[in-house]
Amino acid sequence: MSCLHDVQIKKIGEGTMNTGDTAFILVSAALVMLMTPGLALFYAGMVRSKNVLGTIMQSFILIGFISLEWILWGYSMAFGPDKLGMIGGLEWFGLNGVGLEPHTVYATTIPHQLFMIYQCMFAVITPALITGAFAERMRFGPFLVFSLLWATFVYNPLAHWIWGGGWLSSLGALDFAGGVAVHLSSGVAALACALILGKRRGYQTEELKPHNLPMTLLGAGILWFGWFGFNAGSALAAGSLAGSAFVATHMAGTTGALAWIAIEWRMSGKATTLGAASGAIAGLATVTPAAGFVGPISASIIGLIAGCACYLGIMAKNKFRYDDSLDVVGIHGVGGVVGLLAVGVLASKAINSNGANGLFFGNPGQLGIQCIAIAATIVYTFVITFVLLKIVNKLLGLRVPEHEEISGLDLSQHDETAYTS
Amino acid sequence: MKKIEAIIKPFKLDDVKEALTSLGIKGMTVTEVKGFGRQRGHKEVYRGAEYQIDFVPKTKIEVVIDSESVADVVRVISEHARTGEIGDGKIFVFPVEEALRIRTGESGKDAF
Repeated sequence: MSCLHDVQIKKIGEGTMNTGDTAFILVSAALVMLMTPGLALFYAGMVRSKNVLGTIMQSFILIGFISLEWILWGYSMAFGPDKLGMIGGLEWFGLNGVGLEPHTVYATTIPHQLFMIYQCMFAVITPALITGAFAERMRFGPFLVFSLLWATFVYNPLAHWIWGGGWLSSLGALDFAGGVAVHLSSGVAALACALILGKRRGYQTEELKPHNLPMTLLGAGILWFGWFGFNAGSALAAGSLAGSAFVATHMAGTTGALAWIAIEWRMSGKATTLGAASGAIAGLATVTPAAGFVGPISASIIGLIAGCACYLGIMAKNKFRYDDSLDVVGIHGVGGVVGLLAVGVLASKAINSNGANGLFFGNPGQLGIQCIAIAATIVYTFVITFVLLKIVNKLLGLRVPEHEEISGLDLSQHDETAYTS
Repeated sequence: MKKIEAIIKPFKLDDVKEALTSLGIKGMTVTEVKGFGRQRGHKEVYRGAEYQIDFVPKTKIEVVIDSESVADVVRVISEHARTGEIGDGKIFVFPVEEALRIRTGESGKDAF
């Protein structure tokens, strides 16, 4: 049944089903779902062979775990009836009232449940992104508990603030497909994780190098493919905006990869495949909040800046010596900040009339609003993540004991090995 | 009897094997090994983090021969494994006390 809850966003659409839009979002939801296994491979190639299954599992199992959380209370907390701009109420617990009629505000031409499951895929991949920070050293059970708490107390409120009629959207902050709730939040959470879990054994003294870069490149390719569903799908209709977001997404991925290999070629001597993959992901992550507000040239510039900024972010990690093992801070944290700022500079109403103009299009105020969104996301995410980690660490213990870290997560956490011989 | 152990560049294995076979050597054992000498490995860079990789992949050939053939075998291996670049490898010669063919019980040179 259609929902008549009061939501603060004022834009009311048609409320009639459109088969083209519905088909497009069905496919987009499936594309975004595939990003999580893609991320699993992206990360798994970068760890040592004794941790490859443990690393894949930390992403893969969240498809199951967070999906269940999402239909029970996650969707209601993020998109349910607004409470003081801070959180959605639990009126939609267990999808109560989330039916097949279009919602009057969120996506007015597709079944409400389809919008819900499309958003579910975003909720799934976000905690999976964080797992790169504590790769090769976290216990599986406490990891599940942390992920559930994080999805509930960090992802759901942030998604509500920016997309569910919360205070950031009322303020006019723009985030097309996930700069706030997905990339910046996972990047900031990653920093808290790296600080609290501590370094891996042998960090900067032993060879902790990637065991299978072809796996990482395949994962990057799957992520890129899925990103079209993530960003173009966020138009929530099969129309011109989806087309322009698709082009912006692709261009930022390409220029991100090019910028990264150019800068590393200059600074460390060679262009690497891991650099190409990392740069592409940096460009794609960075353009995510901007994809539906900028044209192809702006998107290409965003990708170029992303490739350079994220590369430098990772160099900074090597200097500060915290072990964000697979560079979630450097790519998603830095990318999230750069992308949200880029919206404030490069957004154009000529691309999306429901958006706003940025600094370069005569509206400097938008940049200030974007800064507020960035600051709020960083502070909220860091504090809550820090507290959640401390609690789980106290009650259960986050880190595997030394002998299990030496034998690897595959054997110690799952009684399996990935490779014979 | 002597055992020759030669550590060579992996891509030279076929050359060396063919040359030894033409010399009349009937069998050999080959192992993929890692190690370093004066060449001292290489560097690898992953997202700007540099690793010094000391252990370089090499191929070890073991062949047991009668004592008279030592000079020929050592010469053939060193000729065919040589590139002139650093990292061509080493050859070691060991005395062997006894050899036995398990299937027939033949021993000494007859076991080769």
